[in-house]
This record gives sequence, C-alpha cells and structure tokens, in this order.
Amino acid sequence: MKYSLFNLIKNSFSYHENWEKAWSSPELKSEYDVVIVGGGGHGLGTAYYLAKEFGVKNIAVLEKGWIGGGNTGRNTTIIRSNYLWDESAALYNHAVNLWEGLSSELNFNVMFSQRGLFHLAHSVHDMQEISRRGYSNYLNGIDAEILNQEQVAKKIPHINVNGRYPVLGALLQRRAGTARHDAVAWGYARAAENLGVDIIQNCEVKGIDVSNGKVVGLQTTKGAVKVDKVGLVPAGHSSVLANMAGFSLPINSVPLQALVSEPVKPILDCVIMSNSVHVYVSQSDKGELVVGAGSDAYNSYSQRGSFDMIEHMMAPLVELFPIFSRLKMLRSWGGIVDVTPDRSPIIGKTPVKDLFINCGWGTGGFKATPGSAHVFAETVFKGEPNDIAAPFSIDRHFSGALVDEAAAAAVAH
Amino acid sequence: MFIINCPYCGERDQTEFTCHGEAHIARPEKPSEVTDEEWGKYLFFRNNPKGMHFERWTHDHGCRRWFNVMRNTVTDNIIKTYKMGEPRPEIPNE
Repeated sequence: MKYSLFNLIKNSFSYHENWEKAWSSPELKSEYDVVIVGGGGHGLGTAYYLAKEFGVKNIAVLEKGWIGGGNTGRNTTIIRSNYLWDESAALYNHAVNLWEGLSSELNFNVMFSQRGLFHLAHSVHDMQEISRRGYSNYLNGIDAEILNQEQVAKKIPHINVNGRYPVLGALLQRRAGTARHDAVAWGYARAAENLGVDIIQNCEVKGIDVSNGKVVGLQTTKGAVKVDKVGLVPAGHSSVLANMAGFSLPINSVPLQALVSEPVKPILDCVIMSNSVHVYVSQSDKGELVVGAGSDAYNSYSQRGSFDMIEHMMAPLVELFPIFSRLKMLRSWGGIVDVTPDRSPIIGKTPVKDLFINCGWGTGGFKATPGSAHVFAETVFKGEPNDIAAPFSIDRHFSGALVDEAAAAAVAH
Repeated sequence: MFIINCPYCGERDQTEFTCHGEAHIARPEKPSEVTDEEWGKYLFFRNNPKGMHFERWTHDHGCRRWFNVMRNTVTDNIIKTYKMGEPRPEIPNE
C-alpha cells in the first residue's frame, strides 16, 4: 500500500487499524541468487538497489537481530559530504545526492533535514585546515562556506566563541544535516520487500561455506542456505564474518558512545561539529540534544564504552554552549564500530570468489547509507566495483593508496 | 571503565593508561625482502578477536612504561597483565 494523503484519509475511517505491515517475516528459503548479510541501512539499501536497478529477483537479507536494531539505530544521524580527499568526496556526495530524493524514492519519510553543519575552528591551524578542506570541496563541487568568528556568532546565537579554546571560524556545509535513522532502515526494508526481497530477522550467520575458492552457502541459526553471491554488510562484526570465510581484515572494533538529553524547545537549528575540542551535537525533532564524540581506543565487542569518554563529550559541549549546562542527559548507549587504519570504508571484492564486503565504516557510516548501498549493489551485481567504489578496495592496504581521512580530520568522523 | 594492574605500579584507573592495539606482532626481519602483501598485512591487518585479545598498553600518567594485557573483548574482563618480553600467556579454559 502506497503511503499517500488519500490512503491516510481512507485509513482514518477504520481508525488506522488496517494498515498493512511495512514488511513481513518470510521463512528462509533453501536457495538464493544473492544473500546480503546484515539488515542495517547499508544492507537493506544494497538489497533494494539490487532489486530495483539490476533486476535481481531472488534476494534475502539476513539480520541477526531486528531491522534497525544495530548501528543504524545507534548513531547520531549526521549527514555531510565535506571530506578532504577526492575519493571520499565522490562517495559521500553520491550519498547526499541520493539522500535528497530518498523520501520520495522509498515512499517513506526519512525526515532528511538539510539544516546545515558547522565545523568549528579553534586555532590558526584549524582555520588553515577548514580553508584547505573548503577549497578542496569547491573543486569537487561540494558546497562549502568559510566563516569568521563574527559570522559564526551571528548564525548560532547561543554559542560561546570566547571559551578556553575560542571559536575563530567555521566551515559550513548547507546541504548537510540529519535524518531519522530508524526511518532509513524501515523505508529501505519496506521498499525492498515490495520488490520481492526476503527480509529474515533473528537469523545469525554462523558459517560461510567456501568450495574451490568460491562462496557456495551459508550456515545460519535458521538453517543452511545455498547461494550464488553473498554481500557481507556488517557493522561491529566484520572481522568475525571475514574469519568464517578464511580471511582477515585491517579492522579494529571499538566502542563508540552517544547521549541524548531531555527534550527541550527548539534551541539549535543546525549541526555543530568540533574536531579540536571534539564534540558533535544537533537537536532532534523530538527536542533532545543528540551528542557524540570519540571512540574508545581499545578493541571491544561489549557495546559499552568508558565513563571518562562521556566526560570528554560533555566538557566541550558545556564550554561551547554554557546554556546547556543544566540540561539532564536522559540516555547514553554504546555501539561497536569497525575502524580501518585510514578511517575509510572497505567496499569491494574479497579473496573468496563471489563474496563481496562492505564494511569498516568506523564512526561515520550512517551519512553514507544510500551511496554505500548504491555502489555496493553494483559491485555485487557486476562482480567489479564502479569508479566511486574502486578506491575503497581491501587492496589499498597492500598498494599503499590509502584514502587517509584519519590524517585529514585528525579524529574519528 | 577498567581497573588495570600495571606490572610496575599496581592497580590504577584506566584513565591513566592508553591502549596501543594488538600485541606480539613481529616486524619482518628483512623488510626489503617481503612482498607488498606481506608488508601490508604486518602494518594494517589485525586479529580483532571476539574473545581473548592480547594488547599493548602504556601507563602514561604513571611509570610511563609499556606492558601487555590479556583481556576478553566480550566482557572487557582483564585476565592478566604482564611485562613486555614475557611470553604470551595460554588462553584459560572457560
């Protein structure tokens, strides 16, 4: 059923009790052309684009928990594309282009809000960094405005520009913003199922069957399944899955935390990021401040971070916005993120034939969801990455052609 | 947050320490003779186990010395800390 004003009115006569389910819970079949492992936004999106753009009929998405219950539902929902390097700019801007049409494409309101994102600069070095990145963005056709202190203070009324680390300026991307993260998973799940994709929840992959160097099947908690091609789209367990297929990855899995405050009336109409004092914050449509910062430095699968990281988030937040100091934080949570040495994702082929991987999105994968899914669907279908995905192969760790956003941003992003 | 038993100073709060990733990775003896793939594996590829992990820490705000830790990455329980140069401990049976 299409979501429309007509259907909204029609369903109101039956007190909205007869809306059909957005997606069903089919049984796992014994054989699929393509199986996507991981039912987050990237995985569901991959299945959707495989069905829609490449006409693949027999697809399943296997999710070990529930749809949207992993990192898709744990992030701080920030979307931007103002990356330094050409390769990243192409990938993330491809995503922003898709974000702009996503709600109508999926017939599901993902609440994409291009409210603008300010990257704050606190030192001469920071000003040089945002200038360099801003001009690099210009050259890549990405909108960027370099603001001085006065302009920042005028655009963000409550900011304290004269703190311990004064705000000297900012890099503004107006096309950046936020989206409703759950809606992204739900929207892709619903749209994928409408195209015939089987979405299998509570189905964990326990083994990957490889024969003569080619993937032939998967062992799951709901039984074995024969496959022609597999796309691994995990978050937090990339190495665990890779080990099942007999290869390893340049990845460490670390905890990343976020917090939300009690809801308040609208006070912050943009996204704020600071790499130097290291905090990022936006206000959700419910009124909560959504706050995040850096990951812990040690490997963990515990979905729990350190208490001191919370203090590291709150100190710069209160310094930048003294008005927030009396807000209570309602909830905090941790997710496990797969971090690569250069902080860029891994998209492409693996040492196993017909087994493809899309992982290593580290602390910033949500913003790329549609772009990542789109290029990965093409990679899985054609067996080769396209021009946007090609620089993100595993092989860059052997050739040395890293896409070094770690050095570019100095922090997680 | 962990309490870490520094082999030199005793139990201290985790905030005094920094983690430096997987331990017991040997640098190839003749870097000029290994392939690009072997060198890439040495530089970048890690075990990243869901389970027992051997890792290097420094006591930055204490004795500033390096040591190794055996920790379960599922529970974050630290099983053992030991000095650099000591052999990797056996993984205990559950």
